[in-house]
Amino acid sequence: MTAAGPALAIAAAVRGGERSATSVVEESLAAIASGAELAAFNTVTAEAALARARRIDDAVAAGEDPGCLAGVPVALKDNICTRGVATTCSSRILEGWEPPYDATVVGRLNAAGGIVVGKTNMDEFAMGSSTENSAFGPTLNPCDPARVPGGSSGGSAAAGAAAMTPVALGSDTGGSIRQPAALCGVVGMKPTYGRVSRYGLVAFASSLDQIGPITCTVADAALVYSAIAGHDPLDSTSIPEPAGDMSGALGEGVAGLRVGIVAELSGEGIDGDVSARLGAAAESLASLGAEVGEVSVPAAVYGLSAYFLIAPAEASSNLARYDGVRYGLRVPAATAADMNVATRTAGFGDEVKRRIMLGTFALSAGYYDAYYGKALKVRTLVLRDFAAAYERFDVLLAPTSPTVAFRFGERTGNPLAMYLSDACTVASNLAGHPAISVPAGSGADGLPVGVQVMAPALGEAVMFRAAAALERAQADRRPAGSGGATAGSASP
Amino acid sequence: MSDRPGSGADVIWAAGSPGLGAPADTEWEMVIGLEVHAELLTRSKLFSGSPNAFGGEPNTNIDPVCMGLPGTLPVLNRHAVELAIRVGLSLGSLVQPSVFARKNYFYPDMPKDYQISQYDRPINVGGSLELPTGKVIGIVRAHLEEDTGKTTHMGGAGRIDDAAYSLVDYNRAGVPLLEIVSYPDLRSPAEAREYVTELRSTLLAVGASDGKMEEGSLRVDANVSVRPVGAGEFGTRCEIKNVNSLRSLGRALEYEARRQIRMLSVGEPVTQQTRHWNEDTGRTSALRTKEEATDYRYFPEPDLVPLDPDPAWVERIRAELPLLPRERRHRLAGLIGEDPARVSLVTERGQDDLALAAIEAGAAPAAVLKHLEQNLADGSGELTADGLAELIGMEARGELTSNQVKDVLAEMVRTGESPATVARRAGFEAVAAGELAAVVDRIIAEHPEEWRRLCAGDGRERKKMQGFFTGQVMRATKGQANGRDVAALLADRAGS
Amino acid sequence: MTERISRDDVAHVAWLARLSLRADELERFTLQLGDVLDHAADVAALDLEGVPPTSHPYPVGNVLRADVPDGALDRAEVLAQAPETEEGQFRVPPVRGEAP
Repeated sequence: MTAAGPALAIAAAVRGGERSATSVVEESLAAIASGAELAAFNTVTAEAALARARRIDDAVAAGEDPGCLAGVPVALKDNICTRGVATTCSSRILEGWEPPYDATVVGRLNAAGGIVVGKTNMDEFAMGSSTENSAFGPTLNPCDPARVPGGSSGGSAAAGAAAMTPVALGSDTGGSIRQPAALCGVVGMKPTYGRVSRYGLVAFASSLDQIGPITCTVADAALVYSAIAGHDPLDSTSIPEPAGDMSGALGEGVAGLRVGIVAELSGEGIDGDVSARLGAAAESLASLGAEVGEVSVPAAVYGLSAYFLIAPAEASSNLARYDGVRYGLRVPAATAADMNVATRTAGFGDEVKRRIMLGTFALSAGYYDAYYGKALKVRTLVLRDFAAAYERFDVLLAPTSPTVAFRFGERTGNPLAMYLSDACTVASNLAGHPAISVPAGSGADGLPVGVQVMAPALGEAVMFRAAAALERAQADRRPAGSGGATAGSASP
Repeated sequence: MSDRPGSGADVIWAAGSPGLGAPADTEWEMVIGLEVHAELLTRSKLFSGSPNAFGGEPNTNIDPVCMGLPGTLPVLNRHAVELAIRVGLSLGSLVQPSVFARKNYFYPDMPKDYQISQYDRPINVGGSLELPTGKVIGIVRAHLEEDTGKTTHMGGAGRIDDAAYSLVDYNRAGVPLLEIVSYPDLRSPAEAREYVTELRSTLLAVGASDGKMEEGSLRVDANVSVRPVGAGEFGTRCEIKNVNSLRSLGRALEYEARRQIRMLSVGEPVTQQTRHWNEDTGRTSALRTKEEATDYRYFPEPDLVPLDPDPAWVERIRAELPLLPRERRHRLAGLIGEDPARVSLVTERGQDDLALAAIEAGAAPAAVLKHLEQNLADGSGELTADGLAELIGMEARGELTSNQVKDVLAEMVRTGESPATVARRAGFEAVAAGELAAVVDRIIAEHPEEWRRLCAGDGRERKKMQGFFTGQVMRATKGQANGRDVAALLADRAGS
Repeated sequence: MTERISRDDVAHVAWLARLSLRADELERFTLQLGDVLDHAADVAALDLEGVPPTSHPYPVGNVLRADVPDGALDRAEVLAQAPETEEGQFRVPPVRGEAP
């Protein structure tokens, strides 16, 4: 149970004057403090959050409406820029850097009455699937502290699962919102590429990155999505069309909805317990009137190879700016070039170095056509495969992660094995399509399993419609009185 | 000449130059292609809102985007695109759909450690630039890119390789540049300078750049090779950077050509490399660039979207283009003659509109050209074409002396008044022909002895006395008599 | 697709990326990058003849902003984040050589 309940309920209570934003924020801060051993947060902005809460309370008292997220505590992944508040990307190289500006999403959260309470831990520069690549140490999974929370938005997912904040923002380049949401038993959503402004999101792979919500309910995810989505003139890749209100879609039900189970992601390479939960989810949708069938999306498999060329290539360029000249870490050396090398060598962790080198190689003279150039063509095939699938189906269904949460250290020695954690999620990023991970019960060791609903570009409404039905089906399945909306609410 | 002392300028470096020695039978010609970087005259930067301004305090014209701060994103400046299209249309380029790419390399004055540029899909492709001589130089492309900041090397007498440390100012970072690349169609330093001058005039004409080489808003890199006259193949080229004026462009090209010829003459191959022009020593030297560092790893800039200018927009820009220097020269040449130097002198001063209108108003082209060359070198100020035409008419009719014409013209340049008004105010009323004859006769009557000497004198004496009488007439008419008229009357009265 | 990435390749790439690797790191990264690139080899099995590349997942074009100056940063605030400054500028160790 979230300390303060779902965001919708909090905002309603605060707007109605039934609860004070100050008390909501105090509860959130207390939960963060009591869960400190999970290491979900890099920075907690308690004073600023309380000051904002008081302003919102004053506004309500003055008869004003602070907005649809009035008084809702929000955790931000530490790659989302916050003016005057350290934004580290969990990297030594950015330690101490305070952006002189807010990300667009921060402005929109504030405008809707949301209250930022802190910055969450992550894999360094969002590169990883376990949060073990944080320079500040890993975040623990609230469902089992011996296991990873997933990544790279592990801190944000843990903050939600441990009832610290009802809303967290993450970023998803290859599954970094959805996979940790699945492993922690919460809802994680990646919007259509371009729906949410990337301005102020520290770039990992520019053509794949999207900011999205991590919440405990699908309705909250829709609420936050609507608050942060929409055109931003500061992001050239921002979609001009308005994002729209999702609340209507949530209650529509799935009768007649065509749901395709992705064949390539339901058999080989997927753990049995995960496959079983996927099957159960499909059954429950069918029982609610959906037309469920199987569909082949070959791109879902070979997309991973393209992803591991495109994302590092873009990252190698995006991360060049961390050179010790203008901000962040500097390791002194005799010449500027040597200083660049010393700074970057000391400032980046192994995974970041691996991806920078992989990407540099994929772009380098003599290899561009064979690697990066081919990967861009594969991306076209991914789009074609999805287009074909969406001729027959309205949404697609797949596991979010091939496995439940794994133990610390289990995959750190084998980068390729870690990369395969993203096998189910990267295709949506390559295609730029929206996808949401919804808790779908428990798998091995009682750990949460997430099921992913994917939709075509701009298909957020139909995606939320199916996700809400899936969530309701799960709730109905649980014994009465178990409370909460998610499996992840069984927190420590 | 800036050749290395003692090495001897012992080669012929261009066909037709004086024979300077070994190998006696080889004549060389230069092959030059230029890359001109022009800063575009926008108010803000190419991808962000800080001012595009020269000469501010260091690091005051900066914003999060041009500083490459984490999380920032570029958004393309519409006016920069318009200026690029103006230049492209002026050069006869194809304005095509284009994409931006990232050029990756580390350098402290580049905030993102990559430069956003256009690579395989530039906005302008093809085209040409016609020099005043009539020679046409091919244009490969003219593409948009962002400028870098500025690094100042401190200590070590400012020499880059001896500097104690460096300081970086990012005011210039993100300023829009148009890189205009020519084909290797230029054959001499003089031609290269002419090309840059003509390109600069074109950029100024369309308002794309202020063209100030001394402020770095126009920068030139030169690709130069040499080959024996008559050879079909190009030689191996070197790229020369850091050329900061037209004068250094000529010097650098001459030095570099001599260096290459010297090598080739003794059988040493020229290595393809980038070389730095040193203004003080008058030499080029190889940049110590690591071979690896030139792997720029270009790839499409994912933070920007493709640019495909609306054809209607392009046509509107085309319709609004002013007359280009070339068009103005052609227009004028038809009227004042084909001498390219005289024609371009007028167009470069921007006086061709005046000249054409004055000719239109009835002035003789030769007289117009004479005044432009002799009396209006410092500009034509408020002078109107009608006024100039009227003045030339008065002059032709002998109503003003040539000294008076100069004075009147100077006043017209200052005030824009008509020549009649100015002449009246100055008391330059022309002396009527009958009146002048009476004055001449009176002066002859007053000086019989001098008149006798004029009539009887030999050539020298006669000339002297003509001067005497002319002077007397001028004094009597307060200088308003036409010298030619006076001479004609004197000749008439002397019966010669 | 191509032959397996070598230690020299990795060392070259590390230089391009301004990273320095110890001998053991070079060894380890060479193996790990080779594994990932081997996995990427299944891309080579695809028939990509005539397939156009996709750089942007969602087609947006001609995004332009008005040429209006705004959003300038305060110099003091920016320089306060810098490792080393002097006279309003960013100070760095001597730069050897010009920009390539």
